[in-house]
Amino acid sequence: MENLLSIFVNSALIGNILLAYFLGMCSYLSVSKNLQTSLGLGLAVTFVMTITTPVNWLVYHYLLAPGALAWARLPDTDLSFLKLVLFIATIAGMVQVVEMVIDRYSQALYNGLGVFLPLITVNCAILGASLFMVERRYDFWETAVYGFGSGLGWLLAIVAMSTVMQKLRYADVPAGLHGFGIRMIVTGLMAMAFMLFSGITL
Amino acid sequence: MKLTGNKTCKAISEALWQSNPISKQILGICSALAVTVQLKTAIVMSLALTFVVAFSNLIISLIRHQIPRNIRIIAQVAIIATLVIIADEFLKAFMYDISKQLSVFVGLIITNCIVMGRAETYAIANPPMRSFADGLANGIGYGSILCGVAFFRELLGAGKLFGRQVVPDVFYEAGYQNMGLMLLAPGAFIIIGLFVWLEHSLLKDK
Repeated sequence: MENLLSIFVNSALIGNILLAYFLGMCSYLSVSKNLQTSLGLGLAVTFVMTITTPVNWLVYHYLLAPGALAWARLPDTDLSFLKLVLFIATIAGMVQVVEMVIDRYSQALYNGLGVFLPLITVNCAILGASLFMVERRYDFWETAVYGFGSGLGWLLAIVAMSTVMQKLRYADVPAGLHGFGIRMIVTGLMAMAFMLFSGITL
Repeated sequence: MKLTGNKTCKAISEALWQSNPISKQILGICSALAVTVQLKTAIVMSLALTFVVAFSNLIISLIRHQIPRNIRIIAQVAIIATLVIIADEFLKAFMYDISKQLSVFVGLIITNCIVMGRAETYAIANPPMRSFADGLANGIGYGSILCGVAFFRELLGAGKLFGRQVVPDVFYEAGYQNMGLMLLAPGAFIIIGLFVWLEHSLLKDK
């Protein structure tokens, strides 16, 4: 239990997937102008990540890892080099399924998240979480917590950024820094703030 | 200049300077920053990306008339993923130490927006050789920023270049200290912000 809690805090705050590992920057930089949109995208990412990371864990450990095909009487097969392709396929497929399920059962949620779901397939944070999960050898429950925590961390970063950008409209930014430049610097300052969390020990 | 009419040269110069994929189009920085703590990893990463983007452009451009329009994204992802796996396995086989340091970031070239972006906007509508040159130039344009950031991070953060100490011991004895911040994530964000500032100011003067 303590272990899971520490993974959660670690993935959401200390090792924030965006601010410490630079993943998911493309959509972060192009969307974070408006609070409503960022919140929508952040929720969609959290949602999809919480589902796809554990699903990819199952895919990896029952199909791809060395010796994973023992149940099919192929104990010597090692398909782990296929993980990139299969993870992408799983993510694209899961996004599609999630979209259809939401559309069927919750029209309100669909109207809120629908636009963002297709964008998510190419969000590097999602594939990144799946690859980190393999590299760090998490077990199933650790993976589930890690996926949820990373998504939440991403949500936190993009929402914080969009509010900062709103305030920044009234600031006097040097001409050459307008747009992309100032965003990178603000992100840098935010990353510094998040590093303070590394003092937390559980 | 005589060559300005040449479309290949135009594509190359655009990718390298006027619309550099990182600093102008904000593409592909996802994976770009995490590997810039050392110059060596940054160069290997740039080579891997240049390889993938150049060959994916070439292959997609070769079969652009055969790919049905509505499934082109899937076809592109499949081609890119195959090339990334080749690059990843190559690094694991011949440069094991560096591939350990690059960890998941070589795999993440698949979702790098530059590769998809070039395939979608350039290779799908242009002949093979020109697309190949465009991919090559975009890879190099991306690499130039990556190595620039890595140069400053390694120099200021560790006083080294390519793992060799370049800041003389006299400096340290006189009280010079390495800037630990540069080795951490915020350093990368701030350096790239300053790079963009410099570039914007230079381009405006022209």
